[in-house]
Amino acid sequence: MPSDLLINTPDGLYCPAGDFFIDPWRPRRGHRAIITHAHSDHARLGADSYLCARSGVEVLRARLGAGISVQGLAWEEQVLVGDCLVSLHQAGHVLGSSMVRIEALPGPRASTRSIWVVSGDYKTQRDCSGELMQPVACDVFITESTFGLPVYRWEPRDVTLAAINAWWADCAREGEACIVYAYALGKAQSVLAGLDASIGDIFVHGAVDKFLPIYRASGVPLPRCERATAEGVRASLARGAGVMVVAPPSADNSAWARSLARKGKGLREAFASGWMRVRGPRRRRGVDRGFVLSDHADWDGLLSTIAATGAQRVGVTHGFTGVLTRALAERGIASWELKTRFVGEGEGEAESEIASETAAEGTRAPAEDGQPNAAGEEHDA
Amino acid sequence: MRRFVQLYEALDASTSTNDKVAALVAYFTAAPPEDAAWAAWIFTGGRVKRAITSTQLREALIRATGLPAWLVEDSYEHVGDLSETIALLLESRGLAHEHTPTVAQGNEPSAMSLKEVFEGIILPMQRMDAEQRVHALGRAWGMLGAHERFVFHKLISGSFRVGVSRTLVVRAIAEAFGLPRAMVAHRVMGSWKPSAQAFAQIVAPATTSADGGNAPSQDGLNQDGSQPYPFCLASPLEVSAASLDAALGPVTNWLAEWKWDGIRAQVLRRGESIAIWSRGEELLTDRFGELASELHALPPGIVLDGEVLAWDAQRDKPAPFADLQTRITRTRGPKPEELLFVDVPVRFIAYDLLEHEGRDVRARPLRARRELLEGVLHELHMRSGSASIGTSTVLHTGSWAELATLRGQARERGVEGLMLKRADSAYGTGRERGVWWKWKVDPYTIDAVLVAAQGGHGRRASVLTDYTFAVWSGQQPGTGELVTIAKAYSGLTDDEIDRVDAWIRRHTLAKHGPVRSVTPELVFEIAFEAIAESNRHKAGLALRFPRIVRMRSEKRPHEADSVGQVRALLGASFGASLGASPGITPS
Repeated sequence: MPSDLLINTPDGLYCPAGDFFIDPWRPRRGHRAIITHAHSDHARLGADSYLCARSGVEVLRARLGAGISVQGLAWEEQVLVGDCLVSLHQAGHVLGSSMVRIEALPGPRASTRSIWVVSGDYKTQRDCSGELMQPVACDVFITESTFGLPVYRWEPRDVTLAAINAWWADCAREGEACIVYAYALGKAQSVLAGLDASIGDIFVHGAVDKFLPIYRASGVPLPRCERATAEGVRASLARGAGVMVVAPPSADNSAWARSLARKGKGLREAFASGWMRVRGPRRRRGVDRGFVLSDHADWDGLLSTIAATGAQRVGVTHGFTGVLTRALAERGIASWELKTRFVGEGEGEAESEIASETAAEGTRAPAEDGQPNAAGEEHDA
Repeated sequence: MRRFVQLYEALDASTSTNDKVAALVAYFTAAPPEDAAWAAWIFTGGRVKRAITSTQLREALIRATGLPAWLVEDSYEHVGDLSETIALLLESRGLAHEHTPTVAQGNEPSAMSLKEVFEGIILPMQRMDAEQRVHALGRAWGMLGAHERFVFHKLISGSFRVGVSRTLVVRAIAEAFGLPRAMVAHRVMGSWKPSAQAFAQIVAPATTSADGGNAPSQDGLNQDGSQPYPFCLASPLEVSAASLDAALGPVTNWLAEWKWDGIRAQVLRRGESIAIWSRGEELLTDRFGELASELHALPPGIVLDGEVLAWDAQRDKPAPFADLQTRITRTRGPKPEELLFVDVPVRFIAYDLLEHEGRDVRARPLRARRELLEGVLHELHMRSGSASIGTSTVLHTGSWAELATLRGQARERGVEGLMLKRADSAYGTGRERGVWWKWKVDPYTIDAVLVAAQGGHGRRASVLTDYTFAVWSGQQPGTGELVTIAKAYSGLTDDEIDRVDAWIRRHTLAKHGPVRSVTPELVFEIAFEAIAESNRHKAGLALRFPRIVRMRSEKRPHEADSVGQVRALLGASFGASLGASPGITPS
């Protein structure tokens, strides 16, 4: 439709009026890219220039390399890009994650003023970054739907973090080391910030370590921790200290993890993810504990955020797209499924440390897994 | 209930046997005896009659949460377990929806005991009509905490399962109360009513009767003398015929018998009564009334171990298990006047004697028990000429090689292979390695093409693990079209499952509800025990116990087997039964 501010192209979501992409999955020479956050399915190398939230600049550089041309915007600061006013608003997903507000000014391309907001990924809880998502009023809202089923509902984060500490304290008493597998960017820092350092010594995997100076520099209080090595872990255990290792999910079953201690022999493992809410995935991971900790909105968070934007049309991307569009239709909100190549919170595989096209292809694409919804698709037409 | 749920979660979360036993020991030590009784009962296979249907569960949920039915279904499809889906949705209700919940209660653990849950909620619910049940369920939800509801749903829907074997539970009770395992194993056999008194009897200090030689029926919980013994179980023998001598010693140290494909059963002839127990501890006496009446001619104080078989009288060999199944699904055996017209005659083949003249003889060597057994059966035949009761044939051979040759004839004889029992062994409790071996014939295998897949249940809910396989409809590979022949679920590692899952998602041709048809490209080797004509699959054949052996990545789909080739096996195969009836374990 001619009035659409964003169109879905093979290279990514594109704004013709502003001539820029949002989180393009195939950035090229000559492209300008606005990045909602630095997870690998949203931030890819190849565009000429990048724009993101100021608190996310260093995170993006850590991901894409120091050589990229990137501009940081203060929260809610408006800039003119082409014929559009663009501003970034806190999404609360990870440090420096934003929702992109695009306002088309009346002109040759658009006859009326219209506002679109692209959510990227978001959650309604405040995490260690201190940033908190605020719904942004708009006409059209593009939302994620990673946990778009009513079985997904989160406890307050403090409760989950307290449970992690209680488990660590139990293991420490038994003289066993703990590993929590959590995404290297965002989740791992949330876990670290919540740890009670009086229980013992804290170690991190290199992929997690990489982002710690950035979090610290932005004022996030993180406990003292060192790179995990077999010697370090053994020395702490020998002293009778508790041991906690925070590592990315890709380290599960790796030679690295095995070098620290043997599974079932002095090593207890846990996985921190929203998917741990359901018993099947919890058991499938084969870890001792599953802690329900997510950087995405739960079902209630999705519905309340969408309602708060006041949007008349809602585009639903990665996750349970079919379920959410149908639920919105029942609430009288026009919605459609938007096929993207974002993968949301995979069961550990999606957020691979190696961001690549093939990785995105190889993982389950939840966007294709939603229930087909005729009503939703009609709105798209 | 809180303690029981913690136990359930501990058992569910751990894969270590020691952790599981430790959790059980802690539970049985701490729980009040009336709760411990219910736990012991349910863990040793006690079954609660389903108190509610899944439709009624859904209805009550929709009423309580105001969620639309489609959303409940979508949630269920994702979670893969109705008990869990409902518990999760209940825990979240009110947050997600503006509807007023009919039961406005918190998610905190309740103060109800396990006994109260069973006797105050579940048992009364069984006697209610549908409307009352839905109301009772709403009340129960109000009383139970979030984690308790999941286990509660498992209990009321009759699908309670947790990864502990009876052996493990017996071991834990024995450990907790300092008793011999065999004694606990015996005491929890048969059907008994869970109560504080029953549990007190299970954990009562050891009496001399457990050592054998005394009247064992006095020691159990079944007052009517129908207390069965724990079954001795066989382990699969996985050594080549050539190394049998090294592994098992001289063949003469062993009693060899055919391995029957029937229902393992224990016959108890005590006092005035007869009881036939299945290995799943179900009373089968009424289902095989004609056997029971013939067995009545045995003198009191006899317990036999053996197999119930459907019998093909014309060919004088066992009939397919499927025939036997028609007898299991009936609730009552034929009336005496119908006996002449029984369409599926059955036989009881005895192979061991556990009680003789009212004494427990399990500790005696097998050879001696076998002699006694033959004497008992000989007398019975002299007295009543009963045709349906027999003893298993002992296969006398001079060498393992000879025995291996006999094993090669298993299929044409309608048996699954051979049983090897150490001649000097006492009758074991449970699966004691080295006492009984089952030496089955090798399964058949075919190569088939993956054509469809759907999500699994439970642990594998979100992954596509249930595969449908097809073979070529013609005589030769690659001829005709691909027609379905079997569904198979297991046999792949988690890693392989993940890779195939990813492949399926990228090669989905169409979705029909939860089922995806896929590009026919991957070839798998499928193993199965037997084959039979069937209209269940398009190939017109059905396989018994199909499972995936491995992925044949080196094979192209046109190299997969054809119906013609599979059919050729039909001649060699001995009929098939398609799965066992629930609760009855074919041995």
